[in-house]
Amino acid sequence: MSTGREPAGADRPPRRASRGEPALEVRDVVAGYVPEADILRGVSLRVREREIVTVLGPNGAGKSTLIKAIAGLVPVRSGSIRLFGESLLAVPAHRMVSHGLAYVPQTGNVFARLSVRENLEIGAGAHRASGGFRDDLDRVYELFPRLAERRRQAAGTLSGGERQMVAVARALMSRPRVLMLDEPSAGLSPLLVAILFAKVREVRELGLTILVVEQNARAALAVSDRGYVLAEGREQIEGGAGDLLADPEVGALYLGARRALA
Amino acid sequence: MMQYVANGVVLGATLALGAIGLTLTYNILRFANFAHGEFLTFGAYFTLVFAAFFAGAAPIGPLTFGWGFLLAAVIGLVLSALLALVLDRLLFRRLRRSDVTVTLVIASFGASLMLRNVVVFVWSPRPEYFSRTIAVSREIVPGVRMTGDELFVVALTAALMLALHLFLTRSSLGRSMRAVSDDPSLARVAGIDVQAMIRWTWFIGAGLAAVAGILFGLTVQISPEMGFNLILPMFAATILGGIGSIYGAVVGGLIIGLAQELSVPLIGAAYKPAVAFTLMFLILLVYPQGILGDRS
Amino acid sequence: MLSYLVFFLAQASIFAVVCLGLNLQWGYTGLFNIGVAGFFLVGAYAFAILCGPEYPMQLGGRGLPFPVGLLGAALASGVVAFVVGIPTLRLREDYLAIVTIGIATTLHLVALNAQWLTGGSQGASGIPRPLPGLLDTVLARNALMLGLSLAVVLSVYAGLEAMVRSPWGRVLKAIREDETAASSLGKNAFLFRLQAFVIGSSIMGIGGALYASFVGFVSPEDFQPILTFQVWTMLIVGGSGNNKGAVLGALVMWAVWTLSGTLAQQLLPPGLQVKGGAAQVILIGLVLMVTLVVRPRGLIGEEAEVSRGAVVEGAPGRR
Repeated sequence: MSTGREPAGADRPPRRASRGEPALEVRDVVAGYVPEADILRGVSLRVREREIVTVLGPNGAGKSTLIKAIAGLVPVRSGSIRLFGESLLAVPAHRMVSHGLAYVPQTGNVFARLSVRENLEIGAGAHRASGGFRDDLDRVYELFPRLAERRRQAAGTLSGGERQMVAVARALMSRPRVLMLDEPSAGLSPLLVAILFAKVREVRELGLTILVVEQNARAALAVSDRGYVLAEGREQIEGGAGDLLADPEVGALYLGARRALA
Repeated sequence: MMQYVANGVVLGATLALGAIGLTLTYNILRFANFAHGEFLTFGAYFTLVFAAFFAGAAPIGPLTFGWGFLLAAVIGLVLSALLALVLDRLLFRRLRRSDVTVTLVIASFGASLMLRNVVVFVWSPRPEYFSRTIAVSREIVPGVRMTGDELFVVALTAALMLALHLFLTRSSLGRSMRAVSDDPSLARVAGIDVQAMIRWTWFIGAGLAAVAGILFGLTVQISPEMGFNLILPMFAATILGGIGSIYGAVVGGLIIGLAQELSVPLIGAAYKPAVAFTLMFLILLVYPQGILGDRS
Repeated sequence: MLSYLVFFLAQASIFAVVCLGLNLQWGYTGLFNIGVAGFFLVGAYAFAILCGPEYPMQLGGRGLPFPVGLLGAALASGVVAFVVGIPTLRLREDYLAIVTIGIATTLHLVALNAQWLTGGSQGASGIPRPLPGLLDTVLARNALMLGLSLAVVLSVYAGLEAMVRSPWGRVLKAIREDETAASSLGKNAFLFRLQAFVIGSSIMGIGGALYASFVGFVSPEDFQPILTFQVWTMLIVGGSGNNKGAVLGALVMWAVWTLSGTLAQQLLPPGLQVKGGAAQVILIGLVLMVTLVVRPRGLIGEEAEVSRGAVVEGAPGRR
C-alpha cells in the first residue's frame, strides 16, 4: 500500500493489466439467491484501473446483490465476472481477498467483540506475519487517525462513523487492488458522509480501484469518475459522474423528480 | 467443609474443561451438541486401550500413573478429537447443508445415544479404572485431603486454560476462530476459511473434552455413561457462565462443581446432577444471559 | 400369534399417543422437547399413585377409577410442563432442549431415590387395569387394553386435527413459519408455545398412564433417554408435522424395535445379550440418522405449504 510500490494482490504475483483491460469487468450476469428469483438480469459494467465507479439505483434494483455476486456470496447463473482478466466465478468467497478483491458489506461489517487492532490483524490475513504489516498498519492509522486512538477498544463499542472506518480499514489491510463498498454512507451524518467520501478519494490515490454502491447519489457521484444507474436488475444508464449529476432522467429514476440531481 | 470445597474444585476443573468445548461448538456452530459428552467418554476409553499397551512404566512421584499413561492419554485425546471430526463430516455437516430445520440437536442426541452403546458393544457396561494402584490422599492444608492425581487435575486444568487463553488472544488461528464466532459471514468475506475454522473448533473442543474425560476417569471411574452423566452439569456450566463465553464456561464449571460437592452433606450424593439442573433453571429464570454472557 | 399381535399393537398404540403429543410440540410448534421420557414418567407414576393399591411406606392406595387416573396423569404432566416452560419458552429453542433433558434426568433421579413417592428403584407394582375382574383371559384383558388405547389414540388424533385446523392452529403455524410477522399481528408467540407445550406434555402423560395400567408395574428403569429417542425416531421416520405420520411412525419403528430385539435374542448367546441390546440401539440410531440425512420429511411427512421460491422445509437438496 505504500506509494511508489505497485499494489499487489495478497499472495499472488501482480497481474499487470494489459493495455485497456479493465480492473473489474462484469458481463451479462444473471444472478439471484434462489433459482426462481433472479435479481440481476444480465447486468454489465466495467471499472478501469484506478477509477472510482458508483452504482446507483432505487431499492430492490439489485445494487447490493451485484456487489455480493462479485464477492462470491450470491450464486451467478450466467455471465462472466473478471478481475484483471481473470474469472472470479469459480473462486470461493473466502479466497477473494487473496485475488486482490476486498469487500466492505453494508451491515455487520466489523467484528464487534474484537478490538480495532484485532480487526485490522484479521484483515491483514497472511500478511500479518510479513515485514510489511507494520507499514500497512501505520498507513491505515494515518488515513484514519481516530482508529489509532481507539486501537484497543472493542469494535462494537465505537460510534457508527468509527465503525465504518474500521470496516474500510480492515479491507485495506488485505492489500487489495479493487475495493468494493456497499452503501458506505448508510446511517452516517452528512458531515461524516462528506469525510468518508473524501477518504475514498485518498484511498484511490494509494493506487486502488474502487467500486461503490450507493443510495446517496449526490455525495458518491461527487467523488466518482463514472457511474451506472441500475434498475430492474440491469444497468440502465452509464456515464461520467458529472453527466449523470446533470441528467434529468437520472433524477427521474431516482426520486421521481422532473429535474436533475445537481 | 473445606474438604467439600476441594472436591468441588477438582470436579469443577473437569467440568470447566468439558464446558469450554461445549461453548466453543455452540459459538461457532450455533447448536447445543448433546454428543459432546461422548468425547469425554471416548477420550477415557481410547486412553484405556493404549494404557494397556504402555503399561509397566513406573508411576511418577505421588501420582498413580507413569509416562506410559501420559503417552496413552495424548493418543486417546487425539483419537477422540478425530472422532468429533468424523461425526461432523458424516452427520452434522450434511444436516447443516440441507435446509432441514430438524435439527442438529436431535441428531446430536441420537448420536450420543448410539455412541454410548458403541462403547457398551465394544467394551462392556462395567465400570473400569486406569490402574489398580490405590491413590493415597495426603493432608494438603488442615482439613483437606487430596490425592496426587487430584492435584494433577487442578494443575493441568489451570495450565490448559492459560494455554487456551494465550492461543485465542495471541495466535492468528485463535484470532480467526474468535472472528468466526463473532460473525461467520464477515469472517468469510475477510478471507477466513470458515470450514477449516469449524474443523479446528471441533478438534480443540473435543480434545479438551477428552482430557476432561481422562481426568475424570483417573480420579473417579470410567463407564459408558460417564460423559452422558456429565453433560447436564456441563450445559449448566455454560449457561451459568453465559453461553458462548469461554471464560464464563470456566467460571460456570467451578461454580457447578462446588455447588454439587457442597450439596452432598445437605441432600446426599444421589441428587448431585439435580443440583446442576436447579442452578441452571434458576439462572434461566432470573438472568438468562449468564454471568459473563452477551448483554444482547 | 394373535395374542402376540394384540400385545404388540397395544404397546404400539401407547407409543402412538406419546408420539402425537410430541408432534404437537415439534411438528406444529417447532419445540425441541428431549425430555419426553420425563413427562411419560410423571403420567405413569401419577396414575400409579392415584389408582394403585396401598403401598408400604409410600404414597398411594387411593384406588381411584381409571378415568380419574388418566386425568390426573394428564394434569400432573401438564403442570410440570407449565413450570418448565415458563422461563424456557421465552428463550432460544436450544434452551428448551437442554432444560427438557435436565428435567427428564432430574425426574428419573427423583423416581430412583424418593422412596416415599415412587417406591425408589423397586417401583410401584400391582397397578390395575380398567375393569379388573371382568375378564379373565390374558388375551381378553390385552384386547380390552388395546381397544382402550386405540380409543385414546383416535380421540387424541381427532382432537389434535381439530385444534390444528382451528384458528388457534393457524396462529401456531404462522408463528412457526415467521414469528416476527405473527407478533406484529398482535399474537403473543410465547403464550401459544406454552399452550402447545403443556397440551403436548399432558398427552404424553396420558400415554404414561396407559403404559402403567397396561404393564401393571413401573420402575425408573422404564423411563430412560432411550424412550425419548424411540419416540423422536418414530415421529421423524413417520413424518413430523403430520398426525398420521406420528401414528404410522410409532407402528413402524416399534415393529423394527421388537423385531430386532427378538432377532438379537434368538441369534446371540446369553453372554452377549447386553451387546445385543446395545446393537439394537445403534440400529435405531442409524435409522434416525439416515432418515434425517436422506429423507428428512419421513415416510408421509408434510410437504411444506410455502410460497415458491422460498426455502422449502423438509425438502432436501433444494437451495
